[in-house]
Amino acid sequence: MLIAYLPILIMIVIASVMACSVLFISSLFRPKNPYKEKLSPWECGVKPTGEANVGHFRVHYFIIAILFIVFDVETLFLFPWAVLLTDKSISGFIFVEMLIFIAVLAIGLIYAWAKGALEWI
Amino acid sequence: MIDLALIITIIIMVVKVGLLTMILFSLPMPLTWIERKVAGHIHARLGPFRVGPHGIMQPMADTVKLLFKEDIVPEKADKLIFKLAPLIAMIPAFAVFVAIPVGGTWTVPFIDQEMNLYVTDMNVGLLYILAMGGLGIYGIIFGGWASNSKYALLGGMRSAAQMISYEVALSFAAVGVVMMSNSLSLVDIVNTQGGGFWNWNFFYLPVGPVWFFIFIIAGSAEINRIPFDLAEDEGTLAAGFHTEYSGMKFSFFMLAEYIALVTVSVLAVVLFFGGWNPPIDYTIPFVPIAFIWLFWFVIKVSVFIYMFMWVRFTLPRYRYDQLMNIGWKILIPISLVNILITGFMRI
Repeated sequence: MLIAYLPILIMIVIASVMACSVLFISSLFRPKNPYKEKLSPWECGVKPTGEANVGHFRVHYFIIAILFIVFDVETLFLFPWAVLLTDKSISGFIFVEMLIFIAVLAIGLIYAWAKGALEWI
Repeated sequence: MIDLALIITIIIMVVKVGLLTMILFSLPMPLTWIERKVAGHIHARLGPFRVGPHGIMQPMADTVKLLFKEDIVPEKADKLIFKLAPLIAMIPAFAVFVAIPVGGTWTVPFIDQEMNLYVTDMNVGLLYILAMGGLGIYGIIFGGWASNSKYALLGGMRSAAQMISYEVALSFAAVGVVMMSNSLSLVDIVNTQGGGFWNWNFFYLPVGPVWFFIFIIAGSAEINRIPFDLAEDEGTLAAGFHTEYSGMKFSFFMLAEYIALVTVSVLAVVLFFGGWNPPIDYTIPFVPIAFIWLFWFVIKVSVFIYMFMWVRFTLPRYRYDQLMNIGWKILIPISLVNILITGFMRI
């Protein structure tokens, strides 16, 4: 039933409209007095040095993101399995199947662990 | 061509969603007051006390103050993304609530109409909630990056890494619940827990409590609460990803955070503590069953919200490497083992 998903759209529209109208109301009242010092990024009160958004971040965040993709997609495979698990005609078969799947997942985790991808220094 | 029944269904949906949005927009107001009161009493002081009796008008005063605050956009910020980020953080937090049931199907007396105490019963409700909850990360990382401030960037990065790490453990806990209840629809999950407190997923021994603790730890990391609020670690990062935000945009981030707190409390109740089911089935003459459901639902959710506040003012904060260790080296291996045990128990 596609109609079950319609409220999502309604909710997104109502919430966006309310949020934008609050921003609009606020824009009627609030003062606007910008100057250079006020608009510079906050850095403990001293002059900011360099740019922040040029992309200098630890590569470790990237490794975590890759690991996340792998593990999250694999948990998604578990959902249909979990729904069907008590279906007596196939439950034994899919349980063994999932045993192998989780073993592969565990080997992946152990590999990442042994390689030091999970160490945060 | 015009189908009357369909139009009525859509009108009911719009009314329900509108009501839900109103409640969600105003909910953070009492919650901020309660949180500050709880903080005050835990610290052996009074908390807000000036505005109104026992400071009850404090959230109103705060809202007015935030409305009148200047809206600062840093000059080197990415203007569009900077303005979009609070909305991207907030709207998924609202959208999550569409799938959450607060009660079952209730036959209204006198007019004999069935009324659902939920907006919609999606057959993939739990998956939808995980997906929408995951979208909130974009708001935080956009906000952190677009501010062009080093503190905001670090806060955004940390927050994103933390949330995706715990998302995995949270999904595993959700898989555990699906295994115990055999459905992805939240209404079905609650219905399988009906009858009495011994049917609640939490009491599905021995794996229920383990799933619950994985869920609640991952959940509190997901919503950036202490002891996992590394994203806005005021000791080292100023205010984290929302350092450069002011006025209403800042309050949108706070709104999203409070709604996420309510979401995790509600999910804990729905997934593990029987949702709207009372601990022991009973009926009171002349009191509609819907009131009993709502009563128990609100009570259970309040307990969890209070628990999160209590934890916030009791525990210290973790270090970042400890946080990552808990996520990847403790919660995920426990979840994998627990999936096997649960599966073995269910076949």
